[in-house]
Amino acid sequence: MTTVIKHQKPSAFYDEFFRKGPGQKTTHYCPGCGHGVAHKLVAEAIDNLGIQDRTVFCSPVGCSVFGYYYFDTGNVQCSHGRAAAAATGVCRTLDEDRIVISYQGDGDLAGIGMGAIMHAANRGENLTVFFINNAIYGMTGGQMAPTTLLGQKTTTSPRGRTAENEGYPIHMSEVISQLEAPVFVERVTLGDAKGVMKAKRVVQKALQNQVEKRGFSFVEILSPCPIGWKMNSMDARHWITEKLEKIFPVGNLRDDTKEPAPVSIPRMKLTDEELIDLFKSGEVESVKAGSLLNEQLVKVAGFGGQGVMSASALLAKCAVAENRHATWLPSYGPEMRGGTANASVVISNEAIGAPVVETPNVLIAMNAPSLDLFEESVQPKGMVIVNSSLIERKVKRDDVNVMYVPATDIAIELGSVMTATIVALAVYAAASGAVSVETMQKMIPSSIKRKNLVDINLKAVEAGLKYYKEHYQK
Amino acid sequence: MTKHLMKGNDAVIRGALLGGATEFFGYPITPASEIAHAAAFYFPLAGHTFLQAECEVNAINMLYGASAAGSRVMTASAGPGVALMAEGLSYLAGAELPNVVIDVQRAGPGLGNIWPEQSDYNMVVKGGGNGNYKNIVLAPNSVQEMCDFTYKAFDLADKYRMTVFIMADAYIGQMMEPVELPKQVIHGKRKDWAIYADKESRKNLVTSIFMSVEEMAAHNQKLCDKYERLKNEIVDFEEVDTEDADILLIAYGISARISLSAVKELRAKGIKAGLLRPKTLFPFPSKRIAELSEKMKKVFVVELSEGQMLEDVKLAIYGKAPIELCNWMGGMVPSSKDLINKMGYGD
Ligand code: SF4
Repeated sequence: MTTVIKHQKPSAFYDEFFRKGPGQKTTHYCPGCGHGVAHKLVAEAIDNLGIQDRTVFCSPVGCSVFGYYYFDTGNVQCSHGRAAAAATGVCRTLDEDRIVISYQGDGDLAGIGMGAIMHAANRGENLTVFFINNAIYGMTGGQMAPTTLLGQKTTTSPRGRTAENEGYPIHMSEVISQLEAPVFVERVTLGDAKGVMKAKRVVQKALQNQVEKRGFSFVEILSPCPIGWKMNSMDARHWITEKLEKIFPVGNLRDDTKEPAPVSIPRMKLTDEELIDLFKSGEVESVKAGSLLNEQLVKVAGFGGQGVMSASALLAKCAVAENRHATWLPSYGPEMRGGTANASVVISNEAIGAPVVETPNVLIAMNAPSLDLFEESVQPKGMVIVNSSLIERKVKRDDVNVMYVPATDIAIELGSVMTATIVALAVYAAASGAVSVETMQKMIPSSIKRKNLVDINLKAVEAGLKYYKEHYQK
Repeated sequence: MTKHLMKGNDAVIRGALLGGATEFFGYPITPASEIAHAAAFYFPLAGHTFLQAECEVNAINMLYGASAAGSRVMTASAGPGVALMAEGLSYLAGAELPNVVIDVQRAGPGLGNIWPEQSDYNMVVKGGGNGNYKNIVLAPNSVQEMCDFTYKAFDLADKYRMTVFIMADAYIGQMMEPVELPKQVIHGKRKDWAIYADKESRKNLVTSIFMSVEEMAAHNQKLCDKYERLKNEIVDFEEVDTEDADILLIAYGISARISLSAVKELRAKGIKAGLLRPKTLFPFPSKRIAELSEKMKKVFVVELSEGQMLEDVKLAIYGKAPIELCNWMGGMVPSSKDLINKMGYGD
């Protein structure tokens, strides 16, 4: 079968290039430039596949920056190197029948855009990438590209590229074909008529793959840049066959399209009601409560594994259930992974200003470093609950109200050391009335992620309450 | 009235999905990561897209593509990541693509640390990338506002075809507070300029290129006119005790929370303090600040930076009242007492 290159304009091209300035019948490319041929192959494939209406053409920065002058398709002009990322955005947004093309040059794709293309390929985006390799930066004035050959002179390698200084020309097709996800990778050439014929079939195949929703297809096109290479058109074509193809051999590197096309599962979109329902879980049920006498500025501090974060969050949740204003502010980041943790909880009848508790009127100190760190900051007449299982020393201050609770021992007896802070919290609730013990009991089932731990937490509340009654209730 | 207790970072995603967001592209960074966690959990459940990008640069370009394709799209980051997005944000502005970005500010410059600062103000409010452009910048100071501002951000973005920033900080992102969720779902509408890969939208082009100087100048003017219009249409702020005040505090975000406590405490001492809290940083409530300043003995600008919003306040007041900066940096967050001391009203 012989393939004929049509000489009329493909319908995927505009009849006149109305977005272009003067000269709306001709392209902006230099005479002998490969872009014109490559564009035509892409446009003809679009025609042949009947996909013009549903095609989105993503143009790069480089000589093909004005792809939208020519392609009568949806057009997105992208920033330098990011066409594969922008195309990903288009792919992920539109329904599955869209055809997205990312058309990029070598500086764009293999230089500044290396990260974007590698990851788009690695994700197997259902996307077709046409990579124009002409071993040079055209638009900016003939500078060295990642694909420039060793010894090749450019405006930024005036004595020729050397491996020592600039490294080696990068083989994108080979690199891409090492990834698992791509379904089709092939390098073609525009160096001679035979090459162009072959390129035509490969370009169409790469788009056909997307029509069949097969995934990521990548076509590298060796393309002449007579201006950048400082050659006439004929010499440029010869240079491709003689030099470029020796370093970048043409041929297929991956074709997984013999496998049956994957079946895609349509996405289920929620109705408005379903979406609102999705967020219903976690609502805080409101409970009856007595009055709160004064604003509670609570600091809960200890180390990881004592339940400091979850218990202090439970405290805030109880306050919300009792219709108070409440804030909870954790320590976060690497500090957490280092093992010490503290949280500030403010409970108030009024809108809360600062959520940071600098001078607490309640300190729950679960380990010795926490007591050392925060003892001085407690307001006079404030309450300090000391986990006496782990803190041997007494509180030095005599202007605060101290309760010593062997919270860790009690928690171990109950069977989970993680409930220690809950024990201490129950003592605080019982002693202060800031939140009621009943509210704590009510909120625990919906606050504990691991349902088998609900009971033990409820027991921890009871144990804390009992300890308070036996030792501190007046 | 039913409430949830959640982190500001979690509230963002509730507001976003109820506000019609359909795509989230992001890259993790402390103290904004919980936003990505919540998005990763909820977006797919709702039938939408969550994708962790390979870097912030590509994340913002995914937003660019998705927004070009007509979706309500968002990302979340903190200073170092937002800095990486500057180029993309400039392209989005040039191409007039709507999108929403959450900046949970941390301390800088460089890697800095993960504690709160408000030092991304210049980068976000003044633009950040190349060229003449602005972002709409909303400044929440509570978990409720993290939800509400994100909820309405997508409508604003679509209406003005702009980037809308939610300018939070580490504490507003990390703290939990009660929040009431919006009761209605908003949906984005079809945009006549976007690209849907269909016959009707085939003619559309998304680009920030204007090759002729006349066209580029006209495009710039169009953008500037739009920014000017915003000053009349969406400026938002809150005032507390300003009627009889003779000193005024100006603060946003977490600083406004601390300033609110300080105003209460100053009032208790018999000092007539008031607070103006910008809810929009661009457009900035310059007009109201200018009006209020005329009767003030002094204006205090409270911020966690070297004095970035200060410059906008100075421009607004233009010498009509003395201004003093009360600032903290490096992740230090003052108590209201610290603030009062710095203002010179300590005991
Ligand atoms: S510089 Fe090279 S690639 Fe660019 S248009 Fe001219 S010939 Fe083509």
